Amino acid sequence: MSLIPKPTGTANRTTRVLGAGALVTAAFTAWVGLIESPPDVTQGQLVRIIYVHPAAATACYVAFGLCALSSVAYLWPRTRSRRWDLLAGASAEVGVVFCVLTLVTGSIWGRGSWGVWWTWDARLTLTALLLALFLGYLALRRSGGDGESRARRSAVAAVCFSVVVPIDHYATSWWRTLHQGDTLLKVDPSIHGWQLVGMAASFVAQLLILSWLLLHRYRLEQLEDRYETEGFAAALTERRAEAAVDAGSAAALAPTPTAQAAPEASSAPAGQPAPERENSQ
Amino acid sequence: MWRDALAVAAKDLRIEARSRVTTNQVAPYAVLVLLLFGFAFDQNTQLLRQAAPGLFWVAVLFSSLLAVARSFALESADGARDGLRMWGLDPAGVFLGKAAAVAVQLFGLEILLGGGIVFLFGTDLRGWGLLVASTVAATIGLAASGTVYGMMAAGLRVRETLLPLLMLPVVAPVLLGATEAWRVALALTSDDGWRWFTLLGTFASIYCALGVLGFGALLEGA
Repeated sequence: MSLIPKPTGTANRTTRVLGAGALVTAAFTAWVGLIESPPDVTQGQLVRIIYVHPAAATACYVAFGLCALSSVAYLWPRTRSRRWDLLAGASAEVGVVFCVLTLVTGSIWGRGSWGVWWTWDARLTLTALLLALFLGYLALRRSGGDGESRARRSAVAAVCFSVVVPIDHYATSWWRTLHQGDTLLKVDPSIHGWQLVGMAASFVAQLLILSWLLLHRYRLEQLEDRYETEGFAAALTERRAEAAVDAGSAAALAPTPTAQAAPEASSAPAGQPAPERENSQ
Repeated sequence: MWRDALAVAAKDLRIEARSRVTTNQVAPYAVLVLLLFGFAFDQNTQLLRQAAPGLFWVAVLFSSLLAVARSFALESADGARDGLRMWGLDPAGVFLGKAAAVAVQLFGLEILLGGGIVFLFGTDLRGWGLLVASTVAATIGLAASGTVYGMMAAGLRVRETLLPLLMLPVVAPVLLGATEAWRVALALTSDDGWRWFTLLGTFASIYCALGVLGFGALLEGA
């Protein structure tokens, strides 16, 4: 019995519910962010970036954190399972998507607010470093090798990366920081009304999108893994069946000495190459 | 573990002493990088003197990539990596030995590059306590992290391009911390230099611990 379950697609009821929920909350966020929410007193229309950027950054950190935890679970002998490796790979990929979204939206906001596309702010620099780290992680995952050694190497890399993140945080914070502090996670949040509703909805929407993408990507990783492990054997079996059918039809159409030899080809024992057949076309 | 580490470090350094790759290729490359910085900054001595700590550590970083790649290229020929496993050496000892050999080579390169920035950029080296302490911590951090990622990329078809992609973002805090500590030591800024030394020491300790604990898994997977 295979250790890996065999899904036939990447969607199921859970992903459909998550997808619908993500769509509804994203639409609600867009309605609040673009229509109901008023422009900010100081930032004007630029404030609308808060309905995308902070939630994308949070989703990115959640995905990278999940990648690190899954990698620890893979390396831990008691919990070692291929599933953890697949989950780590899926969450790293989805995390990279949200990291790029964070950097792009942050850059757009920085252009409007600070007058530059990029500035050496601590959090910006840290996020850029995170992106570089996880691009390296994905490159490592795609660098070949057998499944077991690749999984082990990738898991060690993810753990090493996650350990360096706090150091990166201190280094970049001591170096310089311009970034806005926490807005929501304060006893007295500095935003109210529709802004607060819209921002909270954006967090729900992006975390639902994260879960939806993650489940699909995880299932795709499972299918890829199954293809890698079982694909060759399946292709070989199909080819043998095809050869047997071809040989049978050739024998029925032309009772020549070649066709008479065909039943022997179809009865070749498993594991041995079938004799080369004549071109029947 | 320590005996294995000494044996592996002695082996790597002996091979380097015989092949002279570090002295004949990596060291000239490091000096060349300093010269190129001079061209890039249009021989502006004032600017070069201000930027000297950063330029020094960028040159060290680039050289460390070559030193790490070389350290694992030694093990790729004639099944040497399998030999390392079959000799029954403690993986932690192999890690410490290879990292120590890389660190020794980097110390040599840093002395050369230190002379280079004095000679080419007119830098006045001072604040020796912080300068030496931060250099030692940063070098150990570079050697330890480089050895971990060098092993990770070893044996792969794309190891030459993968190693910089894995290693450079990781050692960014080393570059930042060492540059800032040097800037304080050279009186280019009035920050608290010793907190950067703490950061460098923490980085080096973490990567030494990770290497000791995780090198076995990497060696098996290679």
